[in-house]
Amino acid sequence: MFQTMPLWPVRASTTANSVDALYIFLVVVSALMSAAIFTMVVYFAIRYRRQQGRRAEQIEGSHALEITWSVIPFCVFMVFFGWGANIYFKERKPPQDSAEVYTVAKQWMWKFEHMEGQREINELHVPLGRDVKMIMTSQDVIHSFYVPAFRIKQDVLPGRYTVAWFRPTKPGTYHLFCAEYCGTSHSGMVGSVVVMEPKDYEAWMGGGGSQPLAVTGQQLFTQLGCVTCHRQDAQGRGPNLVGIYNKPVLLEDGRTVIADENYIRESILQPAAKIVNGYKPIMPTFQGQISDEQLNALVAYVKSLSQSSGQTGGKSMAAATAQPQM
Amino acid sequence: MATAAVETGERETYLNREYGIKSWLLTVDHKRIALLYLMSITLFFFIGGFFALLIRLELLTPAGDLVQADTYNKLFTMHGQVMVFFFLIPAVPAVLGNFLIPIMIGAKDLAFPRINLLSWYLYIIGGVLMLYTILNGGVDTGWTFYTPLSTEFLNTHVITAGLAIFVAGFSSILTGLNFVVTTHRMRAPGMTWSRLPLFVWAHYATSIIQLLGTPVLAITLVLVVCERLFHLGIFNPTLGGDPLLFQHLFWFYSHPAVYIMILPGMGIVSEIVCCFSRKRIFGYQAMALAVLGIAVVGFLVWAHHMFVAGISLYAAMIFSLLSYFVAVPSAIKVFNWTSTMYKGSITYQTPMLYAFGFIGLFTMGGLTGLFLASLGVDVHVTDTYFVVAHFHYIMVGGMVMAYLGGMHFWWPKISGKMYPEGWGRLAALLVFVGFNLTFFPQFILGYLGMPRRYWDYSHSPEFQILNVLSTAGATVLAVGYLLPMIYFLWSMRYGKPAPANPWNAAGLEWMIPSPPPTFNFDLEPVVTWEAYNYDQIKEEVPVAQ
Repeated sequence: MFQTMPLWPVRASTTANSVDALYIFLVVVSALMSAAIFTMVVYFAIRYRRQQGRRAEQIEGSHALEITWSVIPFCVFMVFFGWGANIYFKERKPPQDSAEVYTVAKQWMWKFEHMEGQREINELHVPLGRDVKMIMTSQDVIHSFYVPAFRIKQDVLPGRYTVAWFRPTKPGTYHLFCAEYCGTSHSGMVGSVVVMEPKDYEAWMGGGGSQPLAVTGQQLFTQLGCVTCHRQDAQGRGPNLVGIYNKPVLLEDGRTVIADENYIRESILQPAAKIVNGYKPIMPTFQGQISDEQLNALVAYVKSLSQSSGQTGGKSMAAATAQPQM
Repeated sequence: MATAAVETGERETYLNREYGIKSWLLTVDHKRIALLYLMSITLFFFIGGFFALLIRLELLTPAGDLVQADTYNKLFTMHGQVMVFFFLIPAVPAVLGNFLIPIMIGAKDLAFPRINLLSWYLYIIGGVLMLYTILNGGVDTGWTFYTPLSTEFLNTHVITAGLAIFVAGFSSILTGLNFVVTTHRMRAPGMTWSRLPLFVWAHYATSIIQLLGTPVLAITLVLVVCERLFHLGIFNPTLGGDPLLFQHLFWFYSHPAVYIMILPGMGIVSEIVCCFSRKRIFGYQAMALAVLGIAVVGFLVWAHHMFVAGISLYAAMIFSLLSYFVAVPSAIKVFNWTSTMYKGSITYQTPMLYAFGFIGLFTMGGLTGLFLASLGVDVHVTDTYFVVAHFHYIMVGGMVMAYLGGMHFWWPKISGKMYPEGWGRLAALLVFVGFNLTFFPQFILGYLGMPRRYWDYSHSPEFQILNVLSTAGATVLAVGYLLPMIYFLWSMRYGKPAPANPWNAAGLEWMIPSPPPTFNFDLEPVVTWEAYNYDQIKEEVPVAQ
C-alpha cells in the first residue's frame, strides 16, 4: 500500500507544473527554516541544561538581531508573495481563444454544456492541449469546482458567473470534487474530468446529435421576443448587441462597464440595474422565467454576435482541435 | 465576620473563605470565576473532543459507514462551533487570564468584578443554548455558517446555534473590556507598562481584538437569523443579497479570532520559557510590540480565506501581501523564545515540555500558513485537509499546548497542590506525539486533494492510509488529554501542598501564598523591578520529585 502513496496528485495541466514548483520551493525553504529553529532549540536545551556551579547569563536582547530576523524573513516572504501572485494572475486570466464550457452546479451534481451543445452530468470530456474556460453558476448554494490534477479551484456562486480555466497536458481521467461544503451529499458531489487525445475527442463529440449552444440561444432570442427590440441595426428600442461582448459600454449615469458574461447575465435578469446611455428602462425582467441553462444559451448567443462571420458563436472545442483547413 | 477558614484554624484562602454552592455562583472573586470558567470550558472541550473522535472514526474507512451523511455534517459543525466559541476563545483569557492578570499587576481584582461574573453567566447561557442545539438534533451549517446554505437550505437548528454564539460573544466582549480597563487603571505603584509580564501584554492585545472584532460577528449572526426568519435578502442572491458579503463579515471577525486564540498562548509560553531558562526574556520590547502588531495587522488580512470565493484579482493580491506582513511579528516571537534559552540554565519540567512543543508546532503551523498566503498554492490547497492541518497546528498544537503548559505551571498556585511530575511529562509526550500523528498526515492528504468536510471518500481510496494514521494519532491524543484531567483532580485531594513559589519563578503571583487569599495581597505591592528579574532570584527551579 505504501508504494502507491504519492505526495502529490498527477500533474495534468500547465498550471499544475507551476503550482508544484512553488510548492516544492516552499517545502524546501520551510524545512530549512524549521530545521534551523529546531536545531537551535534542541542544542540550547542540551548545551545550557542546568549544571552545578553555572548560572544563567542575563541578556537584554539585541536590536541588530531583531532587525535581522525581521528583514530577512520579510524578504523571503516577498518572494513567496510575488511567485504566488504571478501564478494566480495567470490562473485568473483565461487565454483569449479558450474553448468554453457552461457549468451549472446544484445540490449535488455538476451539469456541463459544451458550445457544440453536448450536455454532460458529473463528467466532463476535454481534448488534450486545448485551453478550456469554465463559465460557472450555481442554482442553489455555493459550490466549488476543484480538479486536484489541474491544481485549480473556483467557487461557484448562485446569482453570478465565476470563471476558471485550464489547459490539460496529460490524457487520463481525473477527480472532480466539490470543495465548498454544500449540504448533505457534499462528498457525493464528485465526478471526473476526462482528458482525451484530440482525435478521440472528435469521435466522442461526433456521437451526439445536438445543436450548438449559440443556436439554441438564437432560437430563444426569437421565441422570447428579444429580437423585436434588440435589432441588428440602430433602429431598435434596445441596444444593438452585435459586437458588444468584452467591449466597454457607456451607461446613462456616466459609468462605463465591460460587457462580460456577468454583465450580459445581469442585463437579462435585472435589466434596470445598468441602463445603456440613450435607452429607456423598458425591458421586462426574465428573473425566474428562464432556467440557468436557457440563460447560458442566451449569453452564448449574445457573445457569438461579437465574432467574425462564419463561426457559429462561442469558442468550441472542435473549432481548435480540428485541423486548420487551408 | 467569622469565615469558614477561621473556624477550622486554617490559613484563609480564596478557596476556603466560604463554602457552599451559593458562595461560588454569586462570587465576584476573579479567582473563583476563573475556576467556574475552568469547569465549563473543560466540559465543552470534552464534548468537542468527543465529536472529533467520531469524525476520525468515520474517516477510518473510505465508505461512509459509521454515521449518516447528515450526522457527519453535524459532527464537524458542532465540533468546530463548540471548540472555537466555547473552548478556544475563552480558554486562556477567561481561566488563566482571569485568575492571573489582577495578581500579576498587583491588584485585588479586575476593574469590574460584577461584570466579570456577568461574563460567565452569558457564557453559560450561550453554552446552554449550544447544548440545547446539540441535544435537540444539532446543526449542520459548518462552523462558518456560509450563506445561502445556512439561511435558506438547511432544516436544522441554525437559529439556536447562531444565538448561542451571539450570546457567548458578549461574554467575550465583556471579558476583553474588563482586561483593558484593568490593565490601564489597576496596576500597582511601580508596575509600569514596560514592567508588565508579557502574559499581560498578550492579553491586552487579545482584549482589543475581542472588543473590536466580536461585535461584527454578533451583527453578522443576527443578519443570518433575520434572513432565515424573515427572508430579508441580505446574503441570498435570489432575494437580492450577496453571499460574499457574509464571508467578508464573518472573516472580518473570524480571522482576528485566530489571534484571540493564539496570543494568550504566546503570553504563557513567554512566562514558562523565562522561568525554566532562569532568564529574562530576550527582546522584551520586540515581544510586546509583536503582539500588538499581530493584533492590528490581524484585522487587515481576512479575505485571505476567500481567494477562490470570487473576489477581485487585485483584492486577492493585497490580502496575500498583508498576510505576509502579519507573519513577520510571529517569526520575531519564535526567534526571541529560542534566544531566551541561549546561555540559560534549563530544566525540563512539564510546563517547559509543553513550551518546547508549542514552539515546534507553532513554527510548523506558521510556516504552512505561508503556503496558504501564497495565492498560487492556496488555490489548490484551500478547502482541503491542508487547511485543516494548518489551523489545527496553530489552534491545537499552539493554543492547546500553551494552555496545558500554563495549567501545569500555575496549577500549584490555583489549587495549592502539586501535580505528579512524572505523569505530567508522560502526558506532555503523548500529546505531542499524538498530535503530530493526527495532523501531519493531513498536510499530505490536503495536497493530494482531499477536500475537507467529506463524509465518504470511497471514490478516492488512495486517501485511506493517511486517514488511518490520522485516526490512530487521534486516539493517542485523546489519552494525552484525559491524563491531565485525571491527575489534576487526583492532586486536589492527594497532591503535595504547593509552596508559594514552587518554581522559584519571577512575578508577583509567586510572592503570595498558594492558593492566594481572597484579596490577593495583604498590602498593596510596590514594584521596583523589571519583569523576569531572574538575575535577582538566586535559587534554581527545585529538582523534580
